[in-house]
Amino acid sequence: MTGIRVGDSPQRVGGYGRVTGQQEYVADIHLPGELHASLVTLPVAHARIRSIDTSAAEAVPGVRLVMTPADLPDPMPRFGPQFEDRPVLAAGEVLYHGEPVAAVAADTREIAAAAADLVRVDYEELPAAVTVAAALAPDAPLVRDPALRPNDPLAATNVLREHRVGWGDLDGATADLVVEHAYSFPMVTHFAIEPHAYIAAPQGDGIVVWSPIQHPNWLQKTLARLLGLPLSKVRVLAPDPGGGFGGKQHAKYEPLVAFMARRAGRPVRLVLSLEETFQAVRRAACEINVRTGVDRDGTIVFQDVAADYLIGAYADIADRVVGKGSYPGCGPYRVPAARIVARAILSHTVPSTAFRGFGNPQVNWGVESNLTDAAIALGLDPLELRLRNLARRGEAFIPFDTPADGDWQQTVRRAAELIHWDAPKPAGRGRGIAIGIKSGPTTGLSYATVRLLADGSVVVYAGTSDMGQGARTVFAQIAAHELGAALDWVTVVMGDTIVVPYDQQTSASRSTVLMGNAVLAACREIQAKLRAMAAGLHGLAEADVVVDAGVVRLPDRELTVLEVLKPGLGRLGGELVGNGEMRKEDEPGHPLGGSAAFFEFNCTAVEAEVDHDTGDVTLTRYVTVSDVGKALNPLQVKMQDEGAAIQGLGHTLMEHYIFDEAGRIRNLGAIDYRIPTSMDLPLEMVSDLVENGDGPGPYGSKGMSEGALLCVSAAVAAAVRDASGAVIRDLPLSPERVWRALHEPARVPEEVVS
Amino acid sequence: MSARQVPGPTATMSIEVTVNGQRRVLEVAAHHTLLDVLRDDLGLTGAKECCLVGECGACTVLLDGRPVDSCLVLAVEADGGEVTTVEGLAVDGRLTPLQAAFLDEGGVQCGFCIPGQVVAAHALLRDNPHPTLEEVQEGMAGNLCRCGCYWQISEAILSTAREAGR
Repeated sequence: MTGIRVGDSPQRVGGYGRVTGQQEYVADIHLPGELHASLVTLPVAHARIRSIDTSAAEAVPGVRLVMTPADLPDPMPRFGPQFEDRPVLAAGEVLYHGEPVAAVAADTREIAAAAADLVRVDYEELPAAVTVAAALAPDAPLVRDPALRPNDPLAATNVLREHRVGWGDLDGATADLVVEHAYSFPMVTHFAIEPHAYIAAPQGDGIVVWSPIQHPNWLQKTLARLLGLPLSKVRVLAPDPGGGFGGKQHAKYEPLVAFMARRAGRPVRLVLSLEETFQAVRRAACEINVRTGVDRDGTIVFQDVAADYLIGAYADIADRVVGKGSYPGCGPYRVPAARIVARAILSHTVPSTAFRGFGNPQVNWGVESNLTDAAIALGLDPLELRLRNLARRGEAFIPFDTPADGDWQQTVRRAAELIHWDAPKPAGRGRGIAIGIKSGPTTGLSYATVRLLADGSVVVYAGTSDMGQGARTVFAQIAAHELGAALDWVTVVMGDTIVVPYDQQTSASRSTVLMGNAVLAACREIQAKLRAMAAGLHGLAEADVVVDAGVVRLPDRELTVLEVLKPGLGRLGGELVGNGEMRKEDEPGHPLGGSAAFFEFNCTAVEAEVDHDTGDVTLTRYVTVSDVGKALNPLQVKMQDEGAAIQGLGHTLMEHYIFDEAGRIRNLGAIDYRIPTSMDLPLEMVSDLVENGDGPGPYGSKGMSEGALLCVSAAVAAAVRDASGAVIRDLPLSPERVWRALHEPARVPEEVVS
Repeated sequence: MSARQVPGPTATMSIEVTVNGQRRVLEVAAHHTLLDVLRDDLGLTGAKECCLVGECGACTVLLDGRPVDSCLVLAVEADGGEVTTVEGLAVDGRLTPLQAAFLDEGGVQCGFCIPGQVVAAHALLRDNPHPTLEEVQEGMAGNLCRCGCYWQISEAILSTAREAGR
């Protein structure tokens, strides 16, 4: 594959292994002498544990270890990216349905599972709070002991933290029209097709841990602290995840498996069932109250947003989700006065974590729906109302943050054009449009190392996790482009903390910008060495030599990289090594710790039909347009946008956890929890990109991959309303909910216990 | 809550099955699925574990030519049969036109569902060499993709059909 450059769409690097079955995911890896682990959980949402009797389990032939809190250090080791609150095993109290209280390691999975059932736990079921209302009730059972929250004015409540952001004079603002509505966003789960799997193996005086973790270095740090080991003795191997979407960002059961492996002196592997993944990761449900003030001509006067996120029993990264996700909640518009109050609320439910969109989709659902509502009330075109208020490039639409970094009008107009917004609608069809915005990374650090080998081939070390977004391909393209190598002469090494230099994380759509720039910087360092080499070989000043896109330009001619490298390395041979770093420092005093490196901006426009007899929604045409700066690999960008849209259709049309009165999840697994299939697609899907080269990443790129999910719900609901008159403010727009809205409009929208 | 039966000495059966063209004689536990045996006994980890209830299709293999969810097939049911897994499609390391199309059309992201998708698509095209888009979407409805590659996977199948028709 010669001549592949940035901006091309070569076949995905790593694609061959994926279509042949050779790609090894964690669950495909086996080690000699391995033990298989099974979790012990209780059929309750909240309970006090009185005792654990492991004798029957231990007596089963083939059982090697039954791990209980008694086998862990005292006090119970705890971890978590924001608060070190999550115990390695439930510490005297189960706080959500699915929290592990013990674990069995045995010769086979079946023995482990059977023995897990024989672990006798004596427990007392306690009242559980599994909804926002229940968690906020004055007599709500508290998820966290107030004694663990000293000096915290909220300690006697289930509100973990309250995030406030605002500007202007909200109380003094007057508007011709005030629209105020309550919205709800359901609890949904990531449902990556790869269930989480973990392996830990003692190795010498250290440990090796396999995990499909999106943040290998972060996991390494967590494990090192918990196990009392230096970083250099904790090796994290992170094979490409089979889907992450945020659900594999932070440690979940790796600490447990590591402790078990150390205790057993043998490798221990834990592969979750799909049901167990529903009990391990999810998105925060949210109730959003939006009060929007608009003048008669559609000018936004104020936004007053209250968002209560139900985050679960332990914080994981959910408090950051709440703070960062709600922060740009007013949208990419000029809003003279604003107040956003977002609360992270503890509950006796699965701890929520990052999930594509990171708290933004929830608030977007309310705010964008309110704008559509305002437009309809004023008799204005919902597209024109948005364009009227849309921030122009360079405007500080959030007063103390990065100004609008794109020609956003262009994106919106393109979406309107592609949906044929102004064309007459066929009978029975409705159209909706919505806009989504998300702050990119606010701080960050990525290192990369690149090696130009003696034959011109290249090795790139980049700690990003390629979970399908195609990071490996993008970095290979950058190196190929800069060093003049054929794409299939570039090897990208990821996912090994012993070999690959530090990367903070793979999240926030950051990697093309942060790691991409680090890779680019490493290539530049090699190019500088090539310049010196060429200068030396040809008796020139370094300033007279230019290395550009794999070509070495001397004053009088051009050479290939190899024509400099071979003589330059000489008889001893060797290689050229470059190191690169991309760093975004935090800004003390900034509400988010730093301003956005870039914004993800998307406009989604939808045409829909609604079946009045069944409540079925058919999306006849679906348009999604994103501002990406520069698509380094246009095909991969398209796949990310369309994939994000389809994923967003999940929580829009069908997905939600179902709980019983005791707070237990009733629809674990694939039969009763539906995600979009090939039969659930819009009849037509059109995606497009806006590329103005105005991003901070390599070649003017921005990050992308979450934008197209942000406003799916608001666009679809607006189209449903336009087509049928059904006004729905609670997701998902299941057929039943749509039907009821059509046939029982006076009825309060059904409350799904979620 | 009843305890699962503690496995005693496991009843095993000897089965003979041709896997990817190779005749294998195996001792399998009576209650093990074809997926268990392929992954754990034969080391063919292409077929994946996901839902284990026949909803997601990540475990799709061909049994006597039929696409099946191998998590729902007992290994003993495959006795005397022919099994084709994703590993058995490429010949001498050369991708089939369908596999290449998956890559060319961008039908692969994280890849975890792809072995099942490729096997199911392989069977679909064999039985219906010139499918319509609707037939492809319905035929592939048993293969979930959370990354959302459905359009690209359909296009890969349709383009393969078009190329084969030339």
